[in-house]
Amino acid sequence: MSRHDPSQTSHYITNDWYQALVDGYSDWQRDEAEITDLATRDAIRRLLEKEARLLDEIRLDDWLALYVPECAYWVPATLHGGDPRREIAVCFDDRRRLEDRIFRLQNDYAWSQRPVSRTARMLSGITVYATGDDDVVMARASFYTTEFHDGDWRKYTGWYGHRLRRAGEGWAIEVKQVNLIDCDQNLRNLSVIL
Amino acid sequence: MIIHDPIGTSGLYDWDQLVQEDKVHRLIYTDEAIFREEMRKVWGAVWVFLAHESQIPENDDFIQSKLGLRPIIVTRDSHGKIRALYNRCTHRGSTVCREAQGKAKSFACPYHGWSFFNTGKLSGVPWPEGYADDFSDQKFNLAQVPRVESYRGFIFGTLNMEAPSLEDYLGGVKGPLDEWLDRHPGGTVAFCDANRLKFNGNWKLLYDNSCDGYHVIFSHRSLLAMENRQKAGADAEKGMAFYKNSPDTAPMYLKYFGNGHHYKDKRPALEKRPGALWDIEGPHPGMEHYEEKLRAELGDKADAVLDLASSEPVNINVFPNLHILGNHVQVSQPVSLTETDTTWWGTAVVDDENELHGAVDDINALRMRTQESFPNFGELDDLMNFEQIQVGLAAEEDEWVYMHRGMGIEGRITKDENGYIVGPSTDEVFLRETMREYRRLMKAEPELTIAREV
Repeated sequence: MSRHDPSQTSHYITNDWYQALVDGYSDWQRDEAEITDLATRDAIRRLLEKEARLLDEIRLDDWLALYVPECAYWVPATLHGGDPRREIAVCFDDRRRLEDRIFRLQNDYAWSQRPVSRTARMLSGITVYATGDDDVVMARASFYTTEFHDGDWRKYTGWYGHRLRRAGEGWAIEVKQVNLIDCDQNLRNLSVIL
Repeated sequence: MIIHDPIGTSGLYDWDQLVQEDKVHRLIYTDEAIFREEMRKVWGAVWVFLAHESQIPENDDFIQSKLGLRPIIVTRDSHGKIRALYNRCTHRGSTVCREAQGKAKSFACPYHGWSFFNTGKLSGVPWPEGYADDFSDQKFNLAQVPRVESYRGFIFGTLNMEAPSLEDYLGGVKGPLDEWLDRHPGGTVAFCDANRLKFNGNWKLLYDNSCDGYHVIFSHRSLLAMENRQKAGADAEKGMAFYKNSPDTAPMYLKYFGNGHHYKDKRPALEKRPGALWDIEGPHPGMEHYEEKLRAELGDKADAVLDLASSEPVNINVFPNLHILGNHVQVSQPVSLTETDTTWWGTAVVDDENELHGAVDDINALRMRTQESFPNFGELDDLMNFEQIQVGLAAEEDEWVYMHRGMGIEGRITKDENGYIVGPSTDEVFLRETMREYRRLMKAEPELTIAREV
């Protein structure tokens, strides 16, 4: 943790941080690392399901409260995720930019969200993996999100890769990577948080 | 008089009726026959941006593109020549290439196995003894765009042998394009990944907006509020703050170069010193850390380097599909009458001569994040407004779309020393001039041709 408030300034996004991100998101879904302990799996499953519910209910401040202060929301534009230092992403938000995103969505003049979209998220296949750091786990979950907006239906599907950090008795989200199966295609009005 | 949808082709239309001095008819955005004619008379007849040379850096590299609706493979062939091949087997018409980008010396049709070199020449057909032909006739070689030219890495093509040279077509817009390129080391950039967007609306709605300084504080109201949510005093001048108060009296302007090309220059509002651009950059992931790091490493040289991570405040629009804004190269692509893709290619700094004193990777790490901002927080609101224009224009009896802002006001529109039209940033003169060019193109009867290897 840096001495700076990540809502105000972006000091934690460094080369070391990016490198740890790229390394942490490489080759992590290994069978031998899967956590089978029921209590941990259930805690992570409940957290991810709560996250989905808060987003469906557009309780965005409550949603962001599930995240550690120095967090990231990452929607790669390439199937392999890649290195965000060299690649444009669909979204790559640090804490401050996530707060910007929420601020804009709550502003009455964000026309792409007027009327506000209604969404329904389904999660499935939640699998939790150890990382070598007892305080950090990774989770994979398939998602299918249906959006209803201004008379039209849209769908987003793929899988989430969450990096979660132990926080008190429970867990908090450090990074949410959203892997859309059509991330490298032209997308229409992706203005909701996935 | 109401001009109803046509029975036959748009040849029935009177283009002087549809495109007038101060207004255009809704049909140019809603009529299928007009759209089909545009694919020929606009997209076939003028130079259309196809790809950037950094996307096919080596021999045998290819990337898929389109010329209007025609599927195109842009290749750097095995001999180093850049070509735009039709992705269409000369046998029964199937596409021969199905990868978006890659490396290939030849393309084999998956349907019956006809195979073509990346020059377009037929290399072989399975069981040729079943044909009386010897396949030496060039008609079996892939069609290709007969004129393919590059300007400083930007590859364009046209089917119109009567079109001027690419340089002549670009004309005055080369000036801002050169300036945009020349601010980078080596006078070039490399394309990287893209923010890929689309909207349900006609392609011209995007072009109509590309030099529009009138919409900014309304369409982007949420972005302006967001950029300045934590700011006060001098810091409230970040991002799109150029446009607050009355943008017509601010030191920025738009310019029309002819051939549908135009340009909006917000740089006169900047102080002329290294670091001035960085100072107005809105908040981005990593900016404080990297700025401190680069200042510690580079001292006085840091300001000029940080400017390369900032968005250049220009909009350079090359008719019909290329837009350079900030650090993006935005390419629009009609999909149908009412669907348009808009792909915002990110650009990275290339620094082969180490002009940035080892900072190029840090600058690109910042630059990726600055580029993600507008497509996420600005463009989506514009695209929604374009979609809602398409909805509004379904009303047949209310026929006209007005673009007369600035008309008839003495002294408002001037000409520069080269004779290019200059106006205040909210003026619609760029739109009227583009429509005048569009009308000229739609009235003409261009002869379109394809080439084949011999």
